[in-house]
Amino acid sequence: MDFGFGIAPSSAVNLDSVDLEKFERLHTAEPDVYKCMACGSCSATCIAGRFSGMSVRKVLHCLQRGKEKEAVSMVKGCMLCGKCSMVCPRGINTRHVILSICRIYGEETK
Amino acid sequence: MRERFLTGYNDFVLPFLIGMVFILTYCAIGLIKIILQLPKEDRKRFFISLVNPKMIWKNIKDIFCKCLLHVDIWKRNKLLGYMHSSIAFGWFMLIVIGHIEVFLYVPHRAKLLYFPIFFRYFVAETDSTLGGNFLFFMMDFFLLVILSGILLAMVKRLRSRFFGMRRTTNLSFLDYIGLYSLWCIFPLRLLAEGFTADISGGSFLTKSLNHVFTAFLGNHTNMLPTWWAYSIALGVFFIVLPFTRYMHIPAEILLIPLRNAGIRITNARKGLAKAQVYSCPSCGLCIDACPMGVMKTHIKDTTVYLNRQIRRNNERRIEEISDKCLLCGKCSAICPVGVEGDKLRIAQRSIRKYGISPDYSSVNTDALIAENSFSAPSGSKVLYFAGCMTALTPKIRKSMEKVFVSAGVEYEMMDKDGGICCGRPMLMAGRVHEADEMIAKNMEIIKASGAGTLVLSCPICYKIFKEKYHLEMEVLHHTEYLDRLLKSGKIKVAHCGKRFAYHDPCELGRGCGIYDEPRAVISFAGELVEAEKHHKESICCGGSLGSLTLGFEKREAMVRNALGNLSTGSPDVIVTACPLCKSTFDRYSDKPVEDIAETIANNLTTSTKTL
Repeated sequence: MDFGFGIAPSSAVNLDSVDLEKFERLHTAEPDVYKCMACGSCSATCIAGRFSGMSVRKVLHCLQRGKEKEAVSMVKGCMLCGKCSMVCPRGINTRHVILSICRIYGEETK
Repeated sequence: MRERFLTGYNDFVLPFLIGMVFILTYCAIGLIKIILQLPKEDRKRFFISLVNPKMIWKNIKDIFCKCLLHVDIWKRNKLLGYMHSSIAFGWFMLIVIGHIEVFLYVPHRAKLLYFPIFFRYFVAETDSTLGGNFLFFMMDFFLLVILSGILLAMVKRLRSRFFGMRRTTNLSFLDYIGLYSLWCIFPLRLLAEGFTADISGGSFLTKSLNHVFTAFLGNHTNMLPTWWAYSIALGVFFIVLPFTRYMHIPAEILLIPLRNAGIRITNARKGLAKAQVYSCPSCGLCIDACPMGVMKTHIKDTTVYLNRQIRRNNERRIEEISDKCLLCGKCSAICPVGVEGDKLRIAQRSIRKYGISPDYSSVNTDALIAENSFSAPSGSKVLYFAGCMTALTPKIRKSMEKVFVSAGVEYEMMDKDGGICCGRPMLMAGRVHEADEMIAKNMEIIKASGAGTLVLSCPICYKIFKEKYHLEMEVLHHTEYLDRLLKSGKIKVAHCGKRFAYHDPCELGRGCGIYDEPRAVISFAGELVEAEKHHKESICCGGSLGSLTLGFEKREAMVRNALGNLSTGSPDVIVTACPLCKSTFDRYSDKPVEDIAETIANNLTTSTKTL
C-alpha cells in the first residue's frame, strides 16, 4: 500500500565511521577552517547560492561531518567572485578555502 | 695603419673567443627553442610580422630606443636613464666603430670575430690622418661615456636613492660575478689601450694615459697582461651571462618583435612567457611599484623575484609568489622591458590541478532572461549590469538608477536579484575554462535582452566584458556613460565646491586605459585634486580579488598607504569608480568615500523623481 509518503531516512551522522583524513589535510592547508562560526554571512551574499544551493557555511559543515558528496556538489556551483571572503566576520579567506577544497577533494568522493 | 703581427693572432684572444662562441650558441639554441614553443598560429603571425615593412621599421625603432637608449628609463629618472644608456649605447658604438676601423684599415681581417675588439693590439700607427684621429677620438669618447656609466652603477649599488629607487634587487651569486666582470671590462680596456697607445695610436684618454704610464712603467712587456685581463673579463662575462640577469640583453631583442607581433602568453613557462622571464633585467623598479611593498615581508614576492624563481624552477616559491599578488598590474605598467607580471602570474595559476571543476550547466538562464528582457527591444535601451561587488555597495546601484531616471532613458537592471558572475575573478584564479562557461551564460542573457547599450559599474566586470565577451552592442563603464550624459546635457549637476581626489581603480585605469572620463565627470561636480601617484602609477586599494592567499585582515597597511597617497591634495571626499575600492577604503578612511555615480547622483539638479 502506498500512501504517497514515507519515513525519511535517518540523517544521523556516525562520526566514528566517517573518514576525516581529507578534512585534516584541508585543515593543515587552511588552518582557518575551524574559525568558522557558521554565521551564514557568506551564504547571504553568495551569488551562486541562487542557482546551485552553494553555501560556504554548509560546505564546511558537511565536510566536517563526512558528507563529502553534498559538499562537492555545492562547491561545483561556486563562481569564485570572492564576496564571501569580504563579508566574513572571522576574516577567513573563504575564496582560498574553496580552491583548497577543489584541490584536496575530487569528483569521485562519495 | 699597418699590422704588427703576420698571423693576426695572439693567445690572449682565447678567453674572449670561447665566451663569444658559447654565448652565440646558447642564444641561437634558446631562440629556436622559444620559437618552436610558440603555438602554431602565433609562430605564423610572428614570421609574417618579421617581413612586414611597417613592422620591420617598428621593431628596429623599438630595439634601438629600448635596448640601446633606454627611453623608458629616461622618462622615469634621468640619472638612471643615463646610467643604462651610457653603458648600452656606448658599448654598441664601441663595437660599431671598432668594425669600421677594421674595414677601413685591415679589411682582410674583417672575418675574424675578435679583431675589432682587440684592434689596437694588432696594429701600429704609421701616419696620422684626420679620419683616423676622428675614429680614435670617438672610441675614447664612448669609452669615457661607458666609464661614467659604470661609476654611476657603482654608486647605485651603494645608494639607490640617488637614482629614484627606494629599494633595489638583491642579486644572486652569479649576478654578482656578472656584475663585477662587466664593471671590470671597460677599465681594463682603458688600461690595455693605454699601454699600446704609443704604438697603435689613441686619443685624449688613451694617449694621455700612455704618457703617464711611460713615466714609471716604460716597458712594453706590461702590455700583454692587461690585454689578457681584458679578454678574460669579457670571457667570464659571456660565460656567466646566460645564468645571470644579463640574459636580458639578448632576450629583449627577441621579446620586442614577439610583442609587436601581438603574441600573448598562452603557456605558463614556454614561448612568450619564457622570453619575458629571461628579459627581466632584475632592475627592481617593480619592487618600489608593488603595493604590497609597504610590508617588508612581501618584498620577495615582487615580479623580479617571480622571474628569478621561474628560471630556477622553484615550484614552491612560484606558487607562493603568484598566488599572493593582487594583480593590480602596476609592475607591468612601469616595467622598462615589458614583462607582464600579472599575466605571467595568471598563467602560473592556470597550470594548477584541481580535483573538482565547477559546472554551471544547471544554471537556468531562462528565468534570468525573463527578468531582463524589454518588451520591445530597441537600440536606445540601456541594460545595467551592476556586478557582484556592487551588490555589497547598493548605493552605487541606487545612484545609477537615479541617473537613469533623471536622464529619461529606458533601462533595465540586469542582476537586481543576483546574476551570474562575469568570470573575471575565476579567470584571475587561472581557471580559464570555468570562466568561459560563465561568459557563455552571461552572453546568452545579454543578447536576449535586446538592449543597445550595456552599462557596467564594476571595472573588474568591465575589463572582461571588453576583452572576452563578443557582444554586438556598446559596452560602457558607468564613468564613460556619465561623461556622455553630462557632455550631451541629458543630466545636469551643480558644482558643489568640494575637493575630490580621484582614485584610479587598477582594472579601469591600467586594465582598460580609462583615465580621462572619470576626471571629466568629477570636474562637473566639484574641484578635482590629483593624488601623489595617479593615472598608471596609481596605487591599488588593497582590496583586489587578484590575490588568492592574502586574507582581508592582512591588507590594512596597503589600504592605509593607498589612502595616504590619495590624501596628499587634502581633498574633502575620495572618489573612486569601483565598488570594491569603495568598500575597501570605507573600512579605514577618515574621509568620506564615494563612488563617482554617487557624487553625480547627489548633485543632480534636474532630478525628476526621487527614489
